[in-house]
Amino acid sequence: MSGFFESVEWQTLVELLPQMPFAVWETFYATALSTALALVIGLPLGVLLVVGEQGGVLPLPRWLMGLLNAIINLMRSVPFLILMIFVLPLSRALIGTSVGTPATIPPLVAAAFPFVARLVETSLREVDGGVVEAAQSMGATPFQIIAKVMLPESLPSLIANTTIALTTILGYSAMAGIIGGGGLGQIAINYGYYRYKYLTMVVATALLVVVVQLFQTVGTRLAAKCDKRLKR
Amino acid sequence: MIEIQHLTKRFAMAGGTVVALNDINLTIPQGDIFGIIGMSGAGKSTLVRCINMLERPDEGTVTVHGRAMQSLSAPELRAARRQITMIFQQFNLLMQRNCLKNVCFPMELAGIPRAKAEARAKELLELVGLPDKAGAYPAQLSGGQKQRVAIARALATNPEVLLCDEATSALDPNTTHAILQLVQKINAELGITVVVITHQMSVVEEICRHVAILDGGSVVEQGEVSDIFSNPQSDAARRLVFPAGVPTTELLPGRQLVRVAFGGGTTTDKPLVASLAIECGALVSIVAADTRLVNGQTLGSMVLALPQDPASAQKAVAYIQNYPGITMEEVENV
Ligand SMILES: Nc1ncnc2c1ncn2[C@@H]1O[C@H](COP(=O)(O)OP(=O)(O)O)[C@@H](O)[C@H]1O
Ligand SMILES: [Mg+2]
Repeated sequence: MSGFFESVEWQTLVELLPQMPFAVWETFYATALSTALALVIGLPLGVLLVVGEQGGVLPLPRWLMGLLNAIINLMRSVPFLILMIFVLPLSRALIGTSVGTPATIPPLVAAAFPFVARLVETSLREVDGGVVEAAQSMGATPFQIIAKVMLPESLPSLIANTTIALTTILGYSAMAGIIGGGGLGQIAINYGYYRYKYLTMVVATALLVVVVQLFQTVGTRLAAKCDKRLKR
Repeated sequence: MIEIQHLTKRFAMAGGTVVALNDINLTIPQGDIFGIIGMSGAGKSTLVRCINMLERPDEGTVTVHGRAMQSLSAPELRAARRQITMIFQQFNLLMQRNCLKNVCFPMELAGIPRAKAEARAKELLELVGLPDKAGAYPAQLSGGQKQRVAIARALATNPEVLLCDEATSALDPNTTHAILQLVQKINAELGITVVVITHQMSVVEEICRHVAILDGGSVVEQGEVSDIFSNPQSDAARRLVFPAGVPTTELLPGRQLVRVAFGGGTTTDKPLVASLAIECGALVSIVAADTRLVNGQTLGSMVLALPQDPASAQKAVAYIQNYPGITMEEVENV
């Protein structure tokens, strides 16, 4: 057993341990910030996808809806790594660098907002059409229907779907480690893939799992807590 | 007063056009409880949705208290809709808001300050008999309680007209009765004109003064409820008054059938069948009979099979036709 503690595997891990908390933090904030920004863009787009269709609350021209859907589908179908290569020049322009954790934020947002838009669309479609019609029958404006009916009524589902977005974006942020992003992903890839230090890779991955669990637990609890449809 | 003139509504479908409403003409008096009854698919919901322009008519006009609904601008229409509120079969409450906030909702839309809205919402919850449910969420209520909250919500903006689209169709008979009583009370105390859409004759019977019968997108009969009950003219009306249909008598093949209807307190105590036997010597058989209370009036009808012998059958017909307070018609014996 003493052989193990003298192995390069163990030595590397011990060497890297002090970096782990910061790596966790980097992963956490890259994910949370990217998701938040993706929501800023994706939420209004998701709303438009629902209210803008024919027979919706605020019908938009067909060509505009077609264009919106096409763009979202296009961005959703580009693999994340390729998208990142496209967007990194934008990172350089916006943040001044194309390496490190801040530089991964623009590609993460670019990858996440079309996904978030679809998730928001799915949530809003769950809202009972009868309730929307009731609001219309009371003289609600389209904006009032969005703000006071559709979003609040679908809040539990929006929270659940935001949790899905968070965990997915966390996966993307780890992938960003390949091309110079920071955080747990970078450690796992640099040491596990490039230097065959599997122990370090396993530990970094295990920490990623912990972060995912954390997001998922908090998200699920929050969604259940604010759902007034449950009899309690 | 609601005036509907030459109202036509078509829906473009994959297989062609559906004419949901065909040249509807109706006048609904101020302060009335007006029933619109018809089978499923007759166009009732479409008609009521045309009153507040949730559905745009293709032709015709809808005038509510002098306002031509189809020519209002969007903001005018929203203001008009506060005066023409609606309750639904599925209640359509906001599930993430408690009862108080649900009742506040239309006032919130209208920009009424929160404190004032909440005070009024509390009054309304009291009016509908749910003073202790302000903090409860719709999921915690029974169907009847949900409909009461929906009624309170519909009253929040002091409407002139209340539209009820199958408002009791999801409720059991006792709850239906209680909700109808509440609607009647609102009509009597607040003077709100109520339009009741239903497929249940019992609902019309219980609270409506006037009724229009809708069949295949057309009004086939309209008038006072008691008249239509005692003497339905159209096939659709007959189907509704006698849900099981006019009996076809394999029981009595070859016998001529007549339907007699009597209305009001004056005739129910007269023994028609007995006097037919005694005074006219005609022995008739009762094939079907039904009596009901409509707005406090007893209305009844019977289907009688006349004697086989044509001479006495004719005599019986003449006797019934001259019998006071009774209307009679021949029924085809198929
Ligand atoms: N939005 C719609 N699109 C197409 N057809 C419709 C629509 N709404 C109603 N219809 C059709 O119009 C007819 C009347 O429907 P409806 O008014 O809902 O009847 P009711 O409420 O009496 O059951 C039906 O044939 C129905 O299929
Ligand atoms: Mg209907």
